[in-house]
Order: sequence, then C-alpha cells, then structure tokens
Amino acid sequence: MKTFLKTATALSAAAFMFVGGQTKAQAAELTLCWAAWDPANALVELSKDFEAQSGTTMKFEFVPWPNFADRMLNEMNSGGKLCDLLIGDSQWIGGAAENANYLKLNDFFDKEGIKMSDFAPATVYAYSTWPKGTPNYWALPAMGDANGWFYRKDWFEKPELQAEYKAKYNRDLAPPKTWSELKETAEFFQNREIDGTKVYGAAIFTERASEGITMGATSALYPYGFKYEMTPGKYDMEGAVNSADAVAGLEMYKAIYKCCTPPGYTDAYMGEGLDAFKSGQVAMMMNWFAFMPGMAKDEKVGAVTGFFVNPGEKIAASTLGGQGISVVSNTDNMDGALAYIKWFAQPDVQKKWNDLGGNSAHNSVLNDPGYMNSRPFAPQFLDAMGGVQDFWQEPSYASLLQGMQKRLHDYVVADKGTAKEALDGLIADWTEVFKEEGKIQ
Amino acid sequence: MSTIDLLATRAVKATPPALSKAVRGLSDKTIAWIFIAPTIILLLAINIFPLVWTIYLSFTNYAANRPNRPVMNVGLKWYRDILGSPEVWAAMQATAHFVFWTILFQTLIGFGLAYLIDRKFKGHAFWTTIILIPMMLSPAVVGNFWKFLYQPQIGLFNYVISFFTGIEPSSFEMLGSVMLAPWAIVIVDTWMWTPYVMLICLAGLRSIPGYIYEAAEVDRASNWRQFWSITLPMALPFIMLAVLFRGIENFKMFDMVVLLTGGGPGSTTELASITLKRQAFEAYRTGYSSAFAIILFVAVFGLANIYVRTLNRVKQR
Amino acid sequence: MSITLSTAHSVVEPSLLAKRSAGFIVIVYALISMAPLFWIFATGWKTPPDSISYPPKIVFNPSLEGYCNLFTTRTRQTTDYINALGPPQGTCDEVTRRREMVIAGASNYAPRFVNSLIIAFGSTFLAVSLGVFSAYAFSRFKIPLADDLLFFILSTRMMPPIAVAIPIYLMYREIGLSDTALGMILLYTAVNVSLAVWLLKGFIDEIPKEYEEAAMIDGYTRLHAFFKVVLPQAATGIAATAIFCLIFAWNEFAFAVLLTSGEAQTAPPFIPTIIGEGGMDWPAVGAGTTLFLIPILVFTILLRKHLLRGITFGAVRK
Repeated sequence: MKTFLKTATALSAAAFMFVGGQTKAQAAELTLCWAAWDPANALVELSKDFEAQSGTTMKFEFVPWPNFADRMLNEMNSGGKLCDLLIGDSQWIGGAAENANYLKLNDFFDKEGIKMSDFAPATVYAYSTWPKGTPNYWALPAMGDANGWFYRKDWFEKPELQAEYKAKYNRDLAPPKTWSELKETAEFFQNREIDGTKVYGAAIFTERASEGITMGATSALYPYGFKYEMTPGKYDMEGAVNSADAVAGLEMYKAIYKCCTPPGYTDAYMGEGLDAFKSGQVAMMMNWFAFMPGMAKDEKVGAVTGFFVNPGEKIAASTLGGQGISVVSNTDNMDGALAYIKWFAQPDVQKKWNDLGGNSAHNSVLNDPGYMNSRPFAPQFLDAMGGVQDFWQEPSYASLLQGMQKRLHDYVVADKGTAKEALDGLIADWTEVFKEEGKIQ
Repeated sequence: MSTIDLLATRAVKATPPALSKAVRGLSDKTIAWIFIAPTIILLLAINIFPLVWTIYLSFTNYAANRPNRPVMNVGLKWYRDILGSPEVWAAMQATAHFVFWTILFQTLIGFGLAYLIDRKFKGHAFWTTIILIPMMLSPAVVGNFWKFLYQPQIGLFNYVISFFTGIEPSSFEMLGSVMLAPWAIVIVDTWMWTPYVMLICLAGLRSIPGYIYEAAEVDRASNWRQFWSITLPMALPFIMLAVLFRGIENFKMFDMVVLLTGGGPGSTTELASITLKRQAFEAYRTGYSSAFAIILFVAVFGLANIYVRTLNRVKQR
Repeated sequence: MSITLSTAHSVVEPSLLAKRSAGFIVIVYALISMAPLFWIFATGWKTPPDSISYPPKIVFNPSLEGYCNLFTTRTRQTTDYINALGPPQGTCDEVTRRREMVIAGASNYAPRFVNSLIIAFGSTFLAVSLGVFSAYAFSRFKIPLADDLLFFILSTRMMPPIAVAIPIYLMYREIGLSDTALGMILLYTAVNVSLAVWLLKGFIDEIPKEYEEAAMIDGYTRLHAFFKVVLPQAATGIAATAIFCLIFAWNEFAFAVLLTSGEAQTAPPFIPTIIGEGGMDWPAVGAGTTLFLIPILVFTILLRKHLLRGITFGAVRK
C-alpha cells in the first residue's frame, strides 16, 4: 500500500509537471530562439525597446552554434513549442518552408507595408526566399553576415617584421589580397617569437561535427572558382564541384592547415578561433563578421585588431553567413510574434540594431553616408556582402552538409586521399542524396 | 518493530474488511500477474512496440522531417545499402577496435586491482571508494572535459606525458591525429570503467570460499599454483560477466566519443552509434537508420547469445 | 537475519610485504585516476583566462567566476554604463562587474539540475518498484516461459540508445510526450526495469521461501508476507539496484539530447554547451561538472556496501 501510494504520488507529480509544462504563460510572452553569440546579446538589449512599447515579455533561448542546428531542427521536427520566433540559419529555409515550420510572411508584409525592396537584395535572396529567388518570403533579413578575417595590426606594423617580409616576398606586410598571399603571410608568422612567446600563422575552421570545416574550406573554394552546379537548378555538379580550380582551392586550404595553424587545431570553429586570437596565439583568424564589434572592444587585443575581407584568387568571394528572423508556425502567440517582426523591420530600429552590434540588412542603414565610418570593418563588410555565396539551402541540406563535412575533414585533417578524390566522392554523396529526393533521376 | 513492519501492519488494519477479504482471497496466480503486468506493459509499450515499428520503418523511405511526404515501400534496399557501404563497415571496424581494446585493458587492470584490493591492506575500503568515482560521472560530461584535458596547448594530458617522457607537449595531438585518436578514446573509457570491472572481479574473488585455499595450503601448493588453479578459474565467470556487460555497453557507445572527438579526425573514431545518430537525427533518413538499428541489434543480440551460452557452460564447470 | 558472504581471501592471509605492495600500487592507481577529476575541480575555481593559459597553471588565484558564470547569463557593457549602475548586489555581481559585464539573468543550469533530480529519482523509484514486484513473481511463481521472458527483458537493453530513440521520438511526437518529464521518466524506467528485475530476482532467490511460507501458515496473506517478510530482507538488493538505476538515469545523455528541449532537458546535454565569450567557459563547465557529481557521490557513498553485492547477483549463481 505504501509503495502504491508513493508511486501514485510520483506519477501524479510527474503528470502535473507534464500538464503544467504545456500551459505557456497566458500573459503576453514571446520566446525568441537564436544562436548564443555576441549579436544575440545585442538583440536582448535592443528588444528592451519592444518590451517597453508592447508590454510583451521577451524570453530568449540561445544555443551555442555547434549545437544550434541539431537542437532547433530537432525542435521543429518534433513539433516543439519552445520558440515563437526563430532566427534560423539561412540553410534551413528550404526544409522549414516545405514542412510549413515557418509561417509564410507575404500576406503579413503586404498588410503592414513591409517591403522586401527595403532590404539588400543579396540578403533577401539568401535569407528570405524559397524557392530561391521567388517572391515567397519565409523570413525577414535580420543579420547580414559573411566570413571575414581578423589580424594583429600591431604585429603587421612592427618595422623589423615589415623589413623582413619585404625582403622575402617583395611586397609590403599587409592584409593579404589572395589566398596565395595569405599562405605566405601565415608561413611568415608560423613559429615566430613575438614579444617572448611563440605564435602561429592563422586560425581557420576545422570543426567536424556541425558545419565548421565546410564554412572554412568554402572560403577558399569560392575564390578559386568552386561552384555547386554548372547550371543553377539542374544539379549538374560534375565539373563545378570538382573542377581543377576547386581542387586547387581545397589543396590550398589543406596546405594552410598543415603549415600554419596552432597545435591541436583539429576540431576548431568560432569559439576556438576567438580564444586563439584573444590569447595572442595567432597572427590572423578566420571568423564571422558578427564577432568583429566584440573583438574591437576586447580588453586585450581590441585596439590592435584589424580586419580584412576574405582574400580572392580568381574571383572575389566570401562564404555567406547570416540569418533571417521567422515566425514559427505552431506558436501560441502569433499576434505577438508578428508584432515583433513589424517592430524589427522599422528603419530606426534597424539603425539601433546596427549600432548595438547586429548587422542590419536594411538599405537605409547600408546606404547611409555615415555607414562606412560607423565601424572599423564597415567597408570590408560591404565588400564581402557584394560577393557572397551560400551553401545548398535544399530541404535535404543536412545530408548534403554531413557529406561535405566528412569528405573535407577526411581529406584536410585525416589525410585521406587527394583533394580530387575528396571532391569526386562529394559529388557521389550529393548525387545519392538528390536521387533520394527525386531531384535527379 | 521496523518502520516497514509498522506501516504494513497499520495498512492491514486500516484496510476495510471487505477489501481485506477480497485481497486475501486473491490467489497466487492473480498476484503473480498483477505483479508482472505493469512491467510487461511498460516494456511492451516502450521497447517492443517501438522495435516492431522500427522493423516496419526499415522497409520504407520514411523521413521524420518530412511527415507529409508519401511513404513508399523500398523492400530490402536499405539493408543492401548498409551491408555494402564502406562507410558503415569503417564505423563497425572503429567500434570493434574500441570494444576490443577497452575490454582488454579494463579486464587486465580491473582484475589486477581487484586482486590487489583483496589483499586487504589497511584502508582498502577507502581507496576502493576513491577508485569508483570516475564511473559515477556522466559519459557525456567526461567526453567534454577530456577534450579540454587532451588539448596540446592548454590541457593537462600532454604536459604530464611530457613531464615523464620529455616529449614536447605540442608535438602530438591525441584527438587530432589519425594514429592517436582511437587510443585517446580507449584511454578515456578505460579510465571511466575499470572500476566497474574491478567491482565485479572483487565480488568474484570474495565469493571463493576460504576452505579451498586452506586445503591447497595443506597440500603445499605454491601461491602461483593456487592463483592459476583456484583463483582464476573460480573468478572466471565473474570476469566473463564483466566482459559481457562492458562489451554490450561499448558496442553501443555514443555520448562520450561524440563529445570527445565528434567521430573525427575525419571518421577515424566514428563509431556505429555516431553514424546512426547522424543518419537518424541530422539527415533524418528514418528508414535507412531503422534498418541500421535492426542490423546492430541483431548483431549484439546474436553475439551476446553465443557469449551467454559459453558463460553458462563455464559456470557449470 | 542477513545473509553473509564468506570472507574468503584469495590466498590465506597474505604477508605484510604483499599487503603493503598491493596497497602501494592501488593507491598510486587511485591517485592517477583522480588527477583528471582534481583538474576539473580546480578548473571550476579558475578565472576564464587562467583556465586556457598555456602552459596550464597548476598554481593560480582562485576565483568564484566559474560558479557565478554557471548560474548566470551576462552581457558586456561599457564602463560608463557599469559605473552608472548602483552598487553590486552580491558576490557574483561584483565578480562579474570586474570583467566589465553585467548579470542579465539566471542561466538554465539550475532548472536543468532540478529536471535531472526529478527525472532520475522518479524513474529510479519506479524502476525499482516495478522491478521488485516482478522479480518476486518470477522468483516465487511458475511463470510460463519465465526464462525466455527474462532474457527478452534483458535483451531490450542491447539496442543502442539512438536506435531506441528513433521510434520513441516519433511515438512521443504523436502522443505529445516530447520534451516532458513524464516521457523521460517512462523511458528511463523502461530501460532500467530490465536490469532491476534481473538483479532483484537474484536477491529474492536468495531469500529462503520458508520464511514467507511460515508466515502464511501463521495466517498472513501472500501480500502481507511479501511486504512484511520479503521486502525487508531484500533491502540490500533494493539499495544496490537503486544505485545502478540512478547512475544510469542521472548520467544519461543520448535520450535527453534527442527527446528533450526547453522544458524537460536534464543537465548532461546542457553542461557541454556552456560557452563563454569565445570558446567553452571551462571554469563554468568545471563548476557544473563538480556540482553534478555531488548527488551521485553522496548516494553511492551512503550505499557503498551494497554496491558489491549488487554487481553480480542475478547473473552468476552458485
């Protein structure tokens, strides 16, 4: 009897929690989900205005990037009700649109007079539309971003290093303009003693589990001429993915990994790069523009940090990052969520968003005459956004990404096979996925 | 009178006579089924029904992230794909390597420790408890902080090795090297679970009756002889049991390795469960991963079955 | 009346030298084995820059930052903003401000820890309860196909958790148990009950039937005899089983990360995601790991005597 009573109590307590957990606060509340990084903190600041204006309490769920996709896609696929608003990665649009996880915003935009032409076209294309380029909008461009580079201005300005570099390479020690220059500069700094400690050339992305090495390697592949398809929309990857140029780009990325990165840099993404740079281990660091405001204010290296756009080679290109803000279609607070979107789209809010550390994609901000001087990296940012390329945004993007992560990491870090074999294998993997999807026969 | 006694008696007294009679009247058979039913129901609901569902899914092209797509029968396609896939075989190989070496090390060290502890030196109970602590941790959390320990620049491991062998700490990377990463995961698992094997072996050693040794002493058998003819054979069932449990657990290993290496470098430490997780919950190829799950289950079940039969024969000896 | 194990020695009364050498080796192993734990414990008390310093710092200035960071979310603010605020409220506020940051709210650690407590203890309680009832039935009554049923029960533990999670994920999605404590409790109970039945059957088998039979002859019902005679004797076995079930449920990761999210997530999926301003916030991770170990440590130390017996009963019978 005693056991039975205890069991009953436990079960009822559990059931109570189950029920209690389901009932979201009836008072106006919105949960916004994003990745846990600097811009998210800025958004918390910004949203205080919205809270004051609307009386809605904003709650935030921030998940670190390595776990963000996994967690949020799981959330959406299991019908979770955690998020009312989701600032999801650009690659999720295909899947989220087709499965109706995101609310289609066209009607809302029309009703409220929010025009997509007010936002930079590249961002609208990348963050809002599905199918790509069609006027079907599933998100409002929230955070423009691309992969850029940080470097130690103070080291680059040391006269003895400048002299040595000039003697060796017959050009000035300055932010590299091509990947070949990048490699030489990285080699120059590798294992050099500066201010009493040994430093290394560059911190690049090599993370295996989520998307790190893909984002890193594409920064080299795109400038060399890598393409996903010969003809957009036809899934004809042969000759685009594994062209001789693409092979050269991938080999360059591996060469830099092998020659010029800090020890133990085999599974590194944003956080590890930031740590390496802030602790004075590397001369150059690859990372997203999103981190630049924070780095500029860093107590140790803020004053001596410079920025440069992703080096070109055959063409100028940068890996696209950035996200749009979407309404999760099974939210309990649809009106509140839409109100937030409406508020966020206003030009003055976008301006404040930019000032606080977000990267607004609104034309009024970008075209403002003062924009170029608003932050130390503003010119580089505009430069980058002019030539961004994104990964597949298909609904099956996760399989495609998985394939690329494995092939790239196998080649670059685990020394398996040649670059050509890796890219050929990648085409095989992707072909299989597209066949399963019915996009290829 | 113990608390349970007190409460039980009170419960009996408080039960109204009608109910009491009804309960008393319950036959043994009824009681048996009442006692077993909740367990069986729970297992049917959470283990068996899902298993059957998985078998069904393994013949379809269902994808959990596309619930509205029409589900088609694909027959044995997934099974053929998996059994012919080099990636799957690589994962099985990585898993086999992991299982073999961890069991070997844990058994040797675990049994050794148990034997030494059984000498009953002063304070052995305290030190036994200390040794047990690693196995109380969450494997996921362990994988996470060993990643920190294995970092060549800022982690403890390389510096300790350097201290003892003089090798430069940043000259080798446990987690980034194709040669060393499989050993890195073996080391961490051994660190965590040797205490478990030690406990089982200790129980085995303690179960050997004293009179057998006394008889051997009378026969003037040497310590060495006693170990080989008495200790080891009598402890063998327990050792085999430890091997069985650890083998099954390490075959299923996921959390510690995925947080430690993510399956890397490349796919060097991508164990079967990691491949399964990526197919099931990142690519959402539900049909494919269901087939893989069934294959894994059959493999473990088959191996365990054979092993348990052998174990029973050893016990009978 | 308790059952005693024979206290056999492997060799009749080893020599003092043998004991000392054995002790020495074991103590060395114990210390080496504890080193990583000491390191993580120590990391919990370092400042973030100290924790990633190279070479690693063995001597350092302790700081509460790890523990404060574990329980709070913070944002970086300008010095002016911070100066404009009132005096710091509490040590963590002070510690945070020294880094030019302000506490923005509570982190998710405490709720996750509480979820762990509820789900782990809840499922352990259920698993042991169901287990003891079923084990008694298997032990005392002739259940048809008993051996097969028992092996089937044990074999349910052989599936990799990811494999089990695939259909459970779909099932829970349908019936609304996704991300609920109840769902997780049921799942963990189902996984643990097989082990519980096996272990407890072994213990109950050891309890002579004569006691209950004597009680029943005295007029006790079967049920009453069960509660009054068998359960107290099985207390050791129950304790041992409870430890194993608890350790599993407490530390479980795969199901938790796949089937829970904002509401019912436990601590193991959470701890490896604690990041600082760059990479992982190692002091906070160290603090979180240390705190998470404590309940299990306490529980195991309290019941350590039963661990040894629990390991083997039900599986190896003499």
